[in-house]
Amino acid sequence: MDLINDFRDKELILTLSSLIKKESKKPLNIMEICGGHTHSIMKFALPDLVGKNINFIHGPGCPVCVMPRSRIDEACKLAALEGVVFCTLADMLRVPGSYTSLQKLRAQGHDIRALYTPLDALKIAKQNPDKNVIFFAIGFETTTPMSANLVEKTIEQGIKNLYFHINHVTVPAPVRAIMQDENVNIDAFLGPSHVSVITGSEIYKELSEEFARPIAISGFEPLDIMASVLNLVRQQNLGTHEVYNEYERVVSKNGNLKAKELIAKYFIPCDFEWRGLGVIKDSGMRLRDEYAHLDARRKFDCNVESKGESKACICGKILRGQAKPFECKVFAKACTPQNPIGSCMVSSEGACAAYFKYAKRIS
Amino acid sequence: MKIMLSHGGGGEEMNSLINETIFKIFDNEILSQSNDSAILNLNSKCAFSTDSFVVTPIFFNGGDIGKIAACGTINDLAMVGAKAKYLSCSLIIEEGLEIDELKQILTSLAEICKNDGVKVVCGDTKVVPRGKCDKIFINTSGIGEIICDNVELKSLRPKAKVLLSGDIGRHGGVILASREEFELSSALKSDCKSLNSVVLELVKNGIKPLCMRDATRGGLSAVLNEWSKFSNLDILVFEEKIKVSDEVTGICELFGFEPYELANEGTFVLAVSEEDAPLALKILKEFDQNASEIGEILDSKNSRVIIENAYKSRRFLEPPKGELLPRIC
Repeated sequence: MDLINDFRDKELILTLSSLIKKESKKPLNIMEICGGHTHSIMKFALPDLVGKNINFIHGPGCPVCVMPRSRIDEACKLAALEGVVFCTLADMLRVPGSYTSLQKLRAQGHDIRALYTPLDALKIAKQNPDKNVIFFAIGFETTTPMSANLVEKTIEQGIKNLYFHINHVTVPAPVRAIMQDENVNIDAFLGPSHVSVITGSEIYKELSEEFARPIAISGFEPLDIMASVLNLVRQQNLGTHEVYNEYERVVSKNGNLKAKELIAKYFIPCDFEWRGLGVIKDSGMRLRDEYAHLDARRKFDCNVESKGESKACICGKILRGQAKPFECKVFAKACTPQNPIGSCMVSSEGACAAYFKYAKRIS
Repeated sequence: MKIMLSHGGGGEEMNSLINETIFKIFDNEILSQSNDSAILNLNSKCAFSTDSFVVTPIFFNGGDIGKIAACGTINDLAMVGAKAKYLSCSLIIEEGLEIDELKQILTSLAEICKNDGVKVVCGDTKVVPRGKCDKIFINTSGIGEIICDNVELKSLRPKAKVLLSGDIGRHGGVILASREEFELSSALKSDCKSLNSVVLELVKNGIKPLCMRDATRGGLSAVLNEWSKFSNLDILVFEEKIKVSDEVTGICELFGFEPYELANEGTFVLAVSEEDAPLALKILKEFDQNASEIGEILDSKNSRVIIENAYKSRRFLEPPKGELLPRIC
């Protein structure tokens, strides 16, 4: 099987397109929880293919977008410390904090590195024994096992100069928070794909039952998304709210048990402040107390007075599905990928960045 | 033997490096005069271009920094309808570079020049302490005779057809895959090559290119956006017509890049009139089977590049921005 081209097959996608248009009888607001789906929907111009009844709504599933400014400020404070090598993953560098960004600090000469894999932090720690290396861990269930693996290797190899600032978050918590807001109008969900490889499909069952909404766990390819939309349209017509696993080729019912064990071994749930959603109980992860000596937030002084989110941008509303990027006054004007005001404009998985890149002049 | 700082000191070692290595590789009657400037005969309209090359790694599948340094400037000249005649070659070498590697790089540069009838007629050599540059930086400047007039951005016009000389993203893909942090093994080869002969063939057959641009850094997307911005015209391209190798597609999928944004070093975009398009395409295909007519310039004035996918839905092809960073998940 060709895992790329087979899932972009023209005939199959056009067939699904006509089926969706034919069977879709009334408006259906579908929230794509994962930013990767937003990116694919825009990249493959899928709104054209699903007809006018289908309204895609960007959800809270981009790890960069949901990071509150206070945590960016902490990152900047740590990264500017003397004798520190600060490591994180790619897009995080560009997110603006209250006073500066990691990218600007890097340009000023601070040792800030974008890693391609968290395990590179081990190498950096070994190469810099006289420095403190801090790994700013971000992401949903997809990247949490990699951070847990890094913690394990740090302990096993007796590395003494590697510390962790953990910002891992979980998917079901913000979905529940959004659905409890009476102003949102979401009829169905596209479930995240990579996250579900770790968690398994079963974790969405409770959500679909609690809110009586169908959920289709979908791959990122256009065929995946189209097949998932058709399933959601059919569930709407039947009045059902099942969890449909379209991404069966990699997502199992119970997920990756080894990864889940690794997460549970080193991390424990904690409250986390989400950009635009506020503090959500048990929605984040922190190091377990027995590994507190590895926690950068305890080892270093992270206290910084954060200015809070920019008033000009409406990232919060966008993340709750209450507004489209075009509705933001600063979108594509003061706020662009080169000079983002809000974090949704930073990552390619952010709603604003995806809309800017592929459709900024469609409005 | 390694390059030492004394190879840049202006003394005996430097003379020996220049005379025994560099002059021998670039050997020609103008260079061997060893004057402070090369003395050239120029009797026609000329094009003049310069470029610096800082690629890492310096050796990659399909070429090296020397090959790129020759092709880059020769191609820049070819893209305005000029046949390259003379090149300068300035080297900034880091202390510690193996002289054998330097020879290999200069030989690649010389081979491209020889094939295209281009002479390296002047240059400069500096050696900098370890850590002050990345093994070797090369600057080449080139002078070429104009063989086809008015191949310029201002010649772009509605209804012109847009052709692409091969598949895209190979050079960017190779460089990404060969960076040590990724440890990817790939059979992908850079498209690095001189475009001199294909342009000569087009002109010889009476094609009058309106505009040409090699799709280097920023890739196809940067070229098309530059064209649409300069001309204020919309450009429509068809995704199905733009060839991308499986290896490049794989690398893009892995890192979340678009092939349209990856660099090429021997692939160019050509705008020609409707009448010229069929013959131009035939000639391009003789050099590369993946050449294709990918779209056309529209007469709507919105400065947009629109890409239509296989499913007939359309989106904008935005110019690349910022650093190429891999996606998080």
